[in-house]
Amino acid sequence: MKQKFNIIESTCVPLPLENVDTDQIIPARFLKATTRDESFFGENLFRDWRYHPDGTVNEDFVLNNPAYGGEILVAGKNFGSGSSREHAAWAIAGYGFKVVISSFFADIHKNNELNNFVLPVVVSPDFLSEILSAVQADPKTKVRVDVPAQTVTLLSSGRSEEFELNAYKKYCLMNGLDDIDYLVLQKEKIEQYEKKAL
Amino acid sequence: MNTLFDKIWDSHVVDIIKDGPTQLYIDRLYCHEVTSPQAFEGMKSRGLKCLRPEKIFCMPDHNTPTHDQDKPIEDPISKKQVDTLAANAKEFGLTHFGMMDPRNGIIHVVGPERGLSLPGMTIVCGDSHTSTHGAMGAVAFGIGTSEVEMVMASQCILQQKPKSMRIRVEGKLGKCVTPKDIALYIMKRLTTSGATGYFIEYAGNVIREMSMEGRLSLCNLSIEMGARGGFIAPDKTTFEYLKGREYAPKGEAWDKAVAYWETLKSGEDAVFDKEIVFAAEDIAPMITYGTNPGMGMAIDGNIPSLDSIPEEGHASFKKSLSYMGFAPGEKLLGHKIDYVFLGACTNGRIEDFRAFASIAKGRKKAEGVTAWLVPGSWEVWKQIEAEGLDKVLEDAGFEIRQPGCSACLAMNDDKIPSGKYSVSTSNRNFEGRQGPGSRTLLASPLVAAAAAVTGCITDPRTLL
Repeated sequence: MKQKFNIIESTCVPLPLENVDTDQIIPARFLKATTRDESFFGENLFRDWRYHPDGTVNEDFVLNNPAYGGEILVAGKNFGSGSSREHAAWAIAGYGFKVVISSFFADIHKNNELNNFVLPVVVSPDFLSEILSAVQADPKTKVRVDVPAQTVTLLSSGRSEEFELNAYKKYCLMNGLDDIDYLVLQKEKIEQYEKKAL
Repeated sequence: MNTLFDKIWDSHVVDIIKDGPTQLYIDRLYCHEVTSPQAFEGMKSRGLKCLRPEKIFCMPDHNTPTHDQDKPIEDPISKKQVDTLAANAKEFGLTHFGMMDPRNGIIHVVGPERGLSLPGMTIVCGDSHTSTHGAMGAVAFGIGTSEVEMVMASQCILQQKPKSMRIRVEGKLGKCVTPKDIALYIMKRLTTSGATGYFIEYAGNVIREMSMEGRLSLCNLSIEMGARGGFIAPDKTTFEYLKGREYAPKGEAWDKAVAYWETLKSGEDAVFDKEIVFAAEDIAPMITYGTNPGMGMAIDGNIPSLDSIPEEGHASFKKSLSYMGFAPGEKLLGHKIDYVFLGACTNGRIEDFRAFASIAKGRKKAEGVTAWLVPGSWEVWKQIEAEGLDKVLEDAGFEIRQPGCSACLAMNDDKIPSGKYSVSTSNRNFEGRQGPGSRTLLASPLVAAAAAVTGCITDPRTLL
C-alpha cells in the first residue's frame, strides 16, 4: 500500500519470540491467491497462532488480546526468516501494521516490507528487551518512530535510538514512491549496460 | 575484495544510486505460479511489457499434484494459479514449461538441468531457494514479488551489495555423511541467522570433490543459514555437467564460454568479510529435532538441555520442543516415525534417489510408514527409470510419484497430518510447514531411507 511516511506514534503489539518465520506469518495454504488483496492476507496473518485447528480463537495469542493494538509490531530477533513470500509483508500491511521493530531481520523479508511501505526498524538487543518489557507491563505504552530524523523513542522512558535507512529508500517512503517507478525511468542506462556487456 | 562474488556482482552493476542501493542487471529470471501472479498484475496495471522476455522462464511446481498430472488439477484454487501462470507467460511472450512438458519440474532442479543457469550469471526468482543455482558458479538469490516485477519491467533490481563470507570444508567425510549433513551441520553451528547479510562462497577440498548434485543441495540450503545466497566457483565438474545441455552454449560459443568461466575464481589475495573453516571429520549424519533448520544434531546425539540455551531463547526453544513432542536431553534414535518424504529442490535429484535406493535395496518399507518419493523433474524421473532404480524401489514397496515441490510445503495434496512425524529431505521444519500440525525432522536421503525401512529414526551407518 503506497503511503507517505513521516512520524508514527503508536501503541505496540509485543511478540517476544525469536526466529518468527514467514510460514508462521502467513502459512503456505494462503499463497494460492492470484491478486494482491491485502485485506485477505491481513485476515490470515499468524493464522495458525491466532486460531486453533478447529477454527476457534486462541485467546492466548497476543493479536487476540484486546489490551494490545496499534500500528507497531515488536518482535524477537531474526524476524521474517525462511521463505521469500512477499505475502508475509502483505499480511503485515493488510493487518494494519506500519512498522515492525526487532533487533534483527531476515534479508529478503526486510526488503519485502520496505517494498510494501512497512518500515522495518532495527534496534539494539538491549533496547528491544526494554521496549518489549515496557509494552508487556503496560499495553498503553507508546513508541514514536520519526522517519525524517531516523529515530525510535520509547515514550515512557524517553530512551531513543537512531535506526538505519538509506537516503534513497527514505525519500521513497516519505514520498510514496516505489522502486518500479524509479527503474522504468532508467531504460537508457540499462541499454547502455547491455551494449557494454556484450 | 577481489572475491569471485565481487567479480560477478561488479560486472552486473548498471548504476549505484547515491546514498542508496545498487541497480543490478539480471541475466535470468525464473517465475513459478505462487509468487508471480501479483507481479504480472502489477505490470498490467502499470501498462508495462517485459523488457527482455527472452531472459525469463516460467514453470509451475508448487501446486502440481504428484499423481495424474495428465488430468486437470482437482483443487480449483491450485488450478487457477497454475492456469494463471500459463496465461501470463503467453500474454507477456515468455517461455513456459507447463505440467506434463518433459522439461517441467521444480524450478531449481530444472534451471541447472536445462543449462539455463550458467557460471557468472546473476539469477533471481521469487523463491528463497534460488540460492540453489549458486552451485553453477552464479550469483543467485531469492526475491519478493515486487522485485520480480522490477526485473520483468527493467531486467534490473535494486539491492544493497551483501558482505562476503567464505566457508571452507576441509578433510575427509565419514561414512554416510552427505552434502545435506554438511549443510545441517553448518546451520547448527551458525544458526539460521548466522550468515544474514552475507553471500557465501563454499570452498575447500570437500566442496571441490563434491558432485554437481551435492553442490546444488548445499547451495540450496544457504538461505537457511540466513545468507542471501551461496555459490561455488565453477570448475571441471561444472563444465562437464553443463556440456550438451539444451540451453548451454554450443560449438565455438561453448569453448569461448568455458575460457571465460575458467577465470571465475576468487583471487589468491581475496579478502572476505568473514571466513570460517569446518573439519569434515566433525560432521556426522544429522537430523533436526526442532522447528527451524538450525535445530539439528548428530543422529546419535541428544537434544540440548535447557540450560545450554541462552536465556532469551528459552521461550522459543520450549515452544519448539512442545510442538515437536520432544523433551530436552532426549535421544531420537529408535523414535517411531509415520511419514518419509524424499524430494524437493534440496534432495530431489538422481543422486538422492540412488542414495535412497542403496538402503532400500533388498529391504522392505516398514509397515505403518507412508513414503512419498517425488523426483525433482521429469528429467530425474527418466534417469531413475533408465538406471532401473524404479524397480529396486518398487521391489522394496515404494512408489515413485510425479515431479513437483510436493510435501516440502504441502501446497498440493501431499500433506502430513497433524501430530504425525515426518522424516523429510526437504529444507524447512517450521511449524505446519508440511501441513497444519505436522512434525518435520530434516535429514539426508540416507537417513530418510533408513527411517523408511525400519519405521523409526535409525543411523544409516548401521545399515550400509
